[in-house]
Amino acid sequence: MERQTTTGRVVRVMLLTLVGLFFLFPIFWVLLMSFQTNQDILRIPPSIFFEPTLGNYKALISGRLESTAGVLEIRFMNNLMNSVILAVSSVALSLLLGIPAAYAFARFKFRLGEDIAFTLLSFRFAPPLLVLLPLAIYFQQMGLIDTYIGLIWVYQLITLPLILWIVRGYFEDISEDIEHAYRLDGNGWFKTFLHIAIPLAKPGIAAATLLSFIFAWNNFVFALILASADKQPVTVGALAFVTASGIQYGQIAASIVLSVTPTLLLALYAQRYLVEGLSLGAVKG
Amino acid sequence: MDGSRRPFMRKALPYLLSLPALLVCIGILIPFGTAVYYSLQRYNLAFPMTRGFIWLENYTLLFTDPAFWNTVRVSLLYTLYTVGFELVLGLGIAMLLQRRSLFNNMMSILLLLPLMIAPAIAALMWKLMTNPGFGILSYFASLLGFPDFKWASASSSALFTVVLIDIWVYTPFMMVLLLAGLRALPRQPFEAAELDGVPQSFVFFRITLPMLTPYIITATLFRMLESIQQFDIIYAMTQGGPGNTLMAFQVAAYLERYQYTNVGRSAAILMVLWAITFLLSNLFIKQWLRLRERARGMG
Repeated sequence: MERQTTTGRVVRVMLLTLVGLFFLFPIFWVLLMSFQTNQDILRIPPSIFFEPTLGNYKALISGRLESTAGVLEIRFMNNLMNSVILAVSSVALSLLLGIPAAYAFARFKFRLGEDIAFTLLSFRFAPPLLVLLPLAIYFQQMGLIDTYIGLIWVYQLITLPLILWIVRGYFEDISEDIEHAYRLDGNGWFKTFLHIAIPLAKPGIAAATLLSFIFAWNNFVFALILASADKQPVTVGALAFVTASGIQYGQIAASIVLSVTPTLLLALYAQRYLVEGLSLGAVKG
Repeated sequence: MDGSRRPFMRKALPYLLSLPALLVCIGILIPFGTAVYYSLQRYNLAFPMTRGFIWLENYTLLFTDPAFWNTVRVSLLYTLYTVGFELVLGLGIAMLLQRRSLFNNMMSILLLLPLMIAPAIAALMWKLMTNPGFGILSYFASLLGFPDFKWASASSSALFTVVLIDIWVYTPFMMVLLLAGLRALPRQPFEAAELDGVPQSFVFFRITLPMLTPYIITATLFRMLESIQQFDIIYAMTQGGPGNTLMAFQVAAYLERYQYTNVGRSAAILMVLWAITFLLSNLFIKQWLRLRERARGMG
């Protein structure tokens, strides 16, 4: 397969161009739309030449959409803020809960630990609605419905198993001899954990943090069921625009761009952690 | 720490450390138990008086209902098409990008971008692009001789459209896993084959594919698990419509609960789906752990 003829190379480049077009064109096109006025968007045939405008972003950020029917108040920035709050706090809580547990599972082999690890993992793959359906009723009774705390708790379903399993693998890879040597110097387990284990597992923690943040940010169904407009993240908020009357297509496009920018930038910035995270450490990238 | 406390601490420590995770676990298992319980009840929010225990009646009603079998059919077709195309495409792209070069590495990073977009938002992007009035894809379709192609709003092309979106979002996942797998393969058999002048198709079917199989199985099982449960893309695109064309498991359960307030029936649908995912996830976890052991063995 290393033999490369000229025709082989031409075919390869052509195929890759097609692949690149298919996967990147939608992002490019929506980005263009976000800088267009409604007249530009509705023009046939479509054109990539137009007078770019920041009007769509301005309207979203100010929250006032002016149209012929009057002024429409939208709270997209509130949705964006909710996404930040939910994703950041869920990941932070998961790190706090998950890293010590991952260490316990890796260092002390005990039955309960295995059971917890596997239950969490297998529910990571169970239909989310199955848990959400009764939970919505419980949350109603407990006053947790439509609260950040309730949502962050449910988000643990996505973030905790990821962090637990990825970080656990890294702790298992650390030689126990290093920890023993450090403890022989008279340091307790907590210092060992803090000064030896955590620094050595840093790449795993980074991969797990990155990936769980992206999953939390991209989640749709939890907030759809457990939150009202007030607490909903961008995934639910942007979708609601489709049915809102008086909203312009360029504004929808701009809301899409604002919703996906954080995860795309993170992915590009920390791409070397992505592969390991995506495979839960099953392949070394 | 004094000597007398140490043995106790050593025993208790792992339990203390994992206590919060255990609580989260219980927090999941209780609603799960409740869902099982609901699925055995006649429980419709609109008729609270009729609530009662009916054992398996929700299930027997489901299994004799053509709408449920339509749900099974839609979900299976969706899974088959998405995972099938994503596997073939992902493998093809991974092989194109296999050789390490600056261009290939940059390409593989850029191709990951759709995977980083929330599926619900991805569906929204495609909604804009397939809008009959101004959608660029509707325009392309008209250039290709389909002036009135309705994408997700016609029942003849709705499945095609959502499958296409799923392929757009998730092929990069297959690609990245298989690319990592390809690059982790030992080089020796390939060098030997090249020296002997073995034809490339032989190399592919007899060396590459068999050696890549563990990666293919892991990635495929994982994607099947997600595909059979797909909600975001379908819900964002058509809410299961037009008619019941895209009434996949979770979409049907959602509508059963929130449109028809039938909690019992909705729970029963989800239990059937859970049984399928439980089976798949057990297979997946086994396969994944085996692969992980191997990757760690290679350091």
